[in-house]
Amino acid sequence: MKKILSLLLVPICMAMVMAFAMPDSGYEVGDKIEDFNLKNVDGSRFSLSSIKEAQGFIVVFTCNTCPYARKYEQRIINLHHMYASQGYPVVAINPNYAGIVPGDSLEEMKKRATAKKYPFPYLSNEDGLVCYKFGATKTPHVYILDKNRIVKYIGAIDDNADDANAVSEKYVEKAIESLKKGKNPDPNLTKAVGCDVKRKGMDP
Amino acid sequence: MYAFKIMVFVGIWFFSNPTESKNIRNILFLKDSMPKVLLYTQLESFLTTQSDSVYVVNFWATWCAPCVAELPYFEELTKTYSDKKVKVILMSLDFKSEVKTRLAPFLKKKKLKSEVIFLGEAHSNSWIPKVDDSWSGDIPATLFFSRTKRVFVKHRFKSFEELKVFFAPFLK
Repeated sequence: MKKILSLLLVPICMAMVMAFAMPDSGYEVGDKIEDFNLKNVDGSRFSLSSIKEAQGFIVVFTCNTCPYARKYEQRIINLHHMYASQGYPVVAINPNYAGIVPGDSLEEMKKRATAKKYPFPYLSNEDGLVCYKFGATKTPHVYILDKNRIVKYIGAIDDNADDANAVSEKYVEKAIESLKKGKNPDPNLTKAVGCDVKRKGMDP
Repeated sequence: MYAFKIMVFVGIWFFSNPTESKNIRNILFLKDSMPKVLLYTQLESFLTTQSDSVYVVNFWATWCAPCVAELPYFEELTKTYSDKKVKVILMSLDFKSEVKTRLAPFLKKKKLKSEVIFLGEAHSNSWIPKVDDSWSGDIPATLFFSRTKRVFVKHRFKSFEELKVFFAPFLK
């Protein structure tokens, strides 16, 4: 019995070692990001270069289904309303694979974007590659870029997901205000709880 | 006498009103199933030990489907090693506004054997790096530690056997 058990354990261990041996992906603050071309909910395709006059971007990995992302949904819309006209639009990317999370299919994304009148592009990243390149691990997960597409900030929107009225630090707003003054954001990296990304190829 | 009559009347009305008594029952049960509450400043004492015990701290929330899916394996760990110095802690990161409406009813229903502690997710930027520097805060996530060993796993366990693989080195 013991032998059978240990035989069973070998492939499991190997699978784990392989999972951990995967190279660490992900942009860090200071890295230049490669532009992407993803399908938008309006049927068009979107690249960062499509917004010529941008001073930077608030790239948010978010989704339909994560309760955490939903808590932040209105705040993401507000950020766009506040900063798009100042040159810092929100670009939302849904990293989840509909094969694992049916509620995050392009069709469902369209419904959500319409119902909530998203003022920003809401892009589907069904193959998960852009998300993998960024190194986004959760929703919501924010990357602020400057106009040269250099990563200036990675992390949370603010420090209280549950209650927008109880927020004491608005990280993203603070970061954008710094960028507007030509300064580097401080902090430029924050941690927050979120739903793990369900990328294509990951175990359901 | 008059007051007594009113009391009797109110009493009868109270107990004969099914929704009212059901609410009272719920409140009592909720009280029983309320988790321990931990301030984020107190978390550090749950991240290291000088004792001989092995700790398994699982970060989860009722809103996190993969977390809820792996809870039975942690429960099985608690049961399997109940005679060993093993302590499984289910650290809930539920929303504060949902402790009474969601977490407590969940705990009441599941009757978990492992200890459940409500940490809440606020101030996460200050406590997440203390759990592990590489962690960005996505859950599920689990920290295994003893006095001499420490392993942090950002992984969803798909079976009890898989969980045991990570746990086994700590039992030696």
